[in-house]
Parts: sequence; structure tokens; C-alpha cells
Amino acid sequence: MVRLVVDLNRCQGYAQCAFLAPEVFVMHGEEGLLYNPEAEEAQREKLAQASAACPVQAILVDAMDAPAEAVSGER
Amino acid sequence: MNGDGSLERLRREGRIVVVGASLAGLRAAETLRDKGFAGSLTMIGDEPYEPYDRPPLSKQVLLGMAPADSTALPRRRAVDATWRLGVPATGLDMAARRVRLADGDEVPYDRLLIATGVRARPWPREAEAELDGVFVLRTREEGAALARRLADGPKRVFVIGAGFTGSEIASACRERGLSVTVAERGAAPLVGALGGVVGAVAADLQREHGVDLRCGVMVTSLEGDSSGRVRAAHLSDGSTVETDVVVVSLGATRNTEWLAGSGLGAGPRGIACDAGCRAFDIRGIVTDDIYVAGDVARSPHALFGYQFLSLEHWGNAVAQAEIAAHNMISESADRLPHMWVPAFWSSQFGVNIKSVGVPSLGTEIMVPQGTLASRRFIGVYGYQGRVIGAVAFDHARWLPFYQELVETTAPFPPPFPTVDRHPDGQRPMDADFPDPSVPTHGPTVTLSGYSPADRRMTFTPAH
Repeated sequence: MVRLVVDLNRCQGYAQCAFLAPEVFVMHGEEGLLYNPEAEEAQREKLAQASAACPVQAILVDAMDAPAEAVSGER
Repeated sequence: MNGDGSLERLRREGRIVVVGASLAGLRAAETLRDKGFAGSLTMIGDEPYEPYDRPPLSKQVLLGMAPADSTALPRRRAVDATWRLGVPATGLDMAARRVRLADGDEVPYDRLLIATGVRARPWPREAEAELDGVFVLRTREEGAALARRLADGPKRVFVIGAGFTGSEIASACRERGLSVTVAERGAAPLVGALGGVVGAVAADLQREHGVDLRCGVMVTSLEGDSSGRVRAAHLSDGSTVETDVVVVSLGATRNTEWLAGSGLGAGPRGIACDAGCRAFDIRGIVTDDIYVAGDVARSPHALFGYQFLSLEHWGNAVAQAEIAAHNMISESADRLPHMWVPAFWSSQFGVNIKSVGVPSLGTEIMVPQGTLASRRFIGVYGYQGRVIGAVAFDHARWLPFYQELVETTAPFPPPFPTVDRHPDGQRPMDADFPDPSVPTHGPTVTLSGYSPADRRMTFTPAH
């Protein structure tokens, strides 16, 4: 799975992401954006394109290919 | 610290502890590593999950588009930290520089970042809050539980409080075809954040989308049936609403109880810190080694008369965390002030609402673009002759322009001709915020002793 987050303070609804990765991003209303915060691995390439194409650079995709470093309650 | 090498030692082998493993804590940790901190980093979180994003919980998750456990935050980089998750911090010893944990452990630090955030304010009557079907929404688990219940198709959802979260919940319910009643003590939804003029637009929006909106009423009690399930809500106007799901959306409480008695300037309104994110102790003296970021912080903002603002905003958590992390490992002359211009967004009933500045400080509003009636507009807020904030309803692309007006303390009303020459855009009107003089129950500090040598300060928490 690929994690992503959109800085919706930056997002201005240009909808480039919704064209490039429609399985992940959908416009909701006239300029609102909804996205799936955890996309299928198969979407990684499209996500990279969407992130690069965003005019306000609001999309952050997980920087790590592997799952984020192990996290546990242990010391 | 200058010149004696101690800062270099801290950067190389110091111990930094971050209490609060959510958005602010994670971004601070990443920034520390980015800036070359090579010592040990410990992340302490009361929830048993790695950092996750909360805004989707009231939107995508309630709409059924994404499961509640799918919002883990993407990482900017590896942070190489020791994670203590599911273990709340329970105390702070400022003199010994140790954080106490609920499991009895103590974690020593050289620098501490507090980013414990807020939690949903529960329904004040405990027995009623425990009824099956009564929810709050802040955490992943709360989001999962509410989403599950909405998927079961309740007959009616009853939302208490029409702030942003309550309104978003009502919106998601309507989108799922559920019947919704919203009860709001104020005169309109969003009135506390945006005032009555914009609140009236939000009220129309809710009613148009089929919400049974009741304003100017309080919920006096929740009633359960014999099996402990909520079945009705009683309102101050004497009416009763039958419901099987109640969502309590009464704002947030700051997670500062664990600091009681520590000597840090922490209370129900948050933790006071300076513009560089350094925490104040209760004597009003700034600490050298304790920093604060995110929803739990209160810091003075130069643009707003150095008032201490606490901002429960996603963007503030990120920006303040970055500043705090930078300052934690910098010489005093290299420290940066947190001067982020407040901004937030909300999406409800198909409308994208965004804001910059601090609208609630405004006394007047004008609508230079669009119209209130069309629900597509910019509202500009004025305070003492300057632009103090702006809100956009489906007009987000114009907002950066208004942010610049806030940043440059431009005169209000703005000196340029308004873009659309609609009658309600021509002149300012009363922004109609609720009376701020309602009683509060904040903590106080009392003084004792007569001579300067035995003068003591005691922190008295609110009950």
C-alpha cells in the first residue's frame, strides 16, 4: 500500500490529480477534493505523476517504498 | 551554550523525547533528523498506532470511502526513533528532566517536545455518555466505531454542536441518506469561527440538504432504553428527538492533565510558549529545554497583537513542529519564530470552505467577491480598520490574495473596488460574533509569601 496525504490548505482544486489518478482522487462538489489515504501499490506510478503535476505541490506520497520503519510499543 | 560545544554534543549524542505521536510529533521528528540531529529520539504516544491523519475521519471515513485504519501518515523520511506507543505520559519532572509513563517507566531527556494535542470533549453527564450509540469523534477508534454504526443504517443521527466537525458529520450522514438532526446552542452553525453572517449561509446550506437544524437550543439530557441504548435527546425548548445515534461534537479538551503539578505553564487552555515554541513555566519564565507544538500549544502571534493563539489547525501542527524542531537544536541567534498565518479548510454539503487569518477576531465583514446567496463568495473580516481574516466558500483560488492582505495588515475596508459589484459587497456589516464575555473556568495562579525570598506561586487548576 502507498500512503498519501494532501495539504488541503494548499489545494486549490485544479483537479490534475483527479485526471491522472482517478482511482485515488475524486473531486467532491465544485472544488473540494476527496482522496483515498492508502492507495494500492499498483497506483504508485500514477500517484507520482499526480504529485508532480499538482500546480500547488500539495500531495505528499510516502517517501519510503517499504512500509514505514517498524513501529511497536517495545523499547 | 555558545562556544562550549554543548550544542554540538546535543546534536551528536543528545536525547530528544517527543510526547505525542501524531502529526506534529512526526513532522518534528523528521525535521530533527533532516537538520542533522544524530542522537537518540524517543516518540511517546498514548494511542497504540503510528502517526495517522485525522481530517479524513470525519469525511472519507464516514462516507465509507476509506477505512478508519487507512489514514497512517506518509513519511517524509526515516526518523530512526524508539517508539513507545499505547503508553501515555503521566508526569514530568522538570528538574530531573524525565518524563514518567503510565507503565511506570521514566524516560530521560535533554530536550523535550510536547505535542499531546487535544481530545474530543465528552458529553458531560457520564452515565448518558456511556449509553450505547453515543459517540465522539477524534481518534481512529472513535472514527471506526462511528463509521460502523452509520453503515448499519440508523433511523436518525443526532449531532450535538454545529462547529466544523459536527457540520461535517451531518454532511456525511446526509450524503449517506441518513436522517440527521443537529442541535446548536448558538444562533447558527459555525458561528463561533465565522460569525453570524456566514453562519446564516451555513444554516441555509444544512437545511437545503435536508438536515433538521435546531439552533439556539441546548440538549438537556440523553435518554436510554432498558438495554442501555440511547433512544432520545431532550432539548431546552421542551422538544424531544428520537434517535439511535448521538454524536457529541462540542469541541476539544487539551491534553495537559499529565503536566499538572510539574511547574510548566500548562492548563485547560493549552501550554503557553514563546514565538520560538519554548514552553513557559507557571512563573512566566521561558524554559530552555522544553518545547511545544500543535493543538496543545498557545503562542504569541506578531500579526495579531502578540495575543496567545491556540490553533487547532492541521497546517499549524506541521509548521509549528518544524519550527520547534529547528529551534531545539539551534543556537539562540539561529532560532526562528513561528509566524504561520492561520489557515484551515472544511468540506461540507458539497462546499469547500477555507479560511486564512483569524476571522473570529474580526468585528466587521464584507463580501468583495461572489454572493452569500449563491454560496460562492469571499468574506473579508475587519478589525480596527485592518484586514484580519478571510473565508472562502467555493472560492479557494482567491484566498492567497486575501492572505497577503492579512500579512501586510492592509486597511479595512480594502481600498480597491470590489470585484463583483453586488450590493452586499459594497460595504462592511457587523460580522455578528457571539458575545465573548461568557463565563470561563480557566485556571488561576495565586501568590503567597511576603519577602521576595519566600514569595511562592501556586498553580490552581480549574475543577
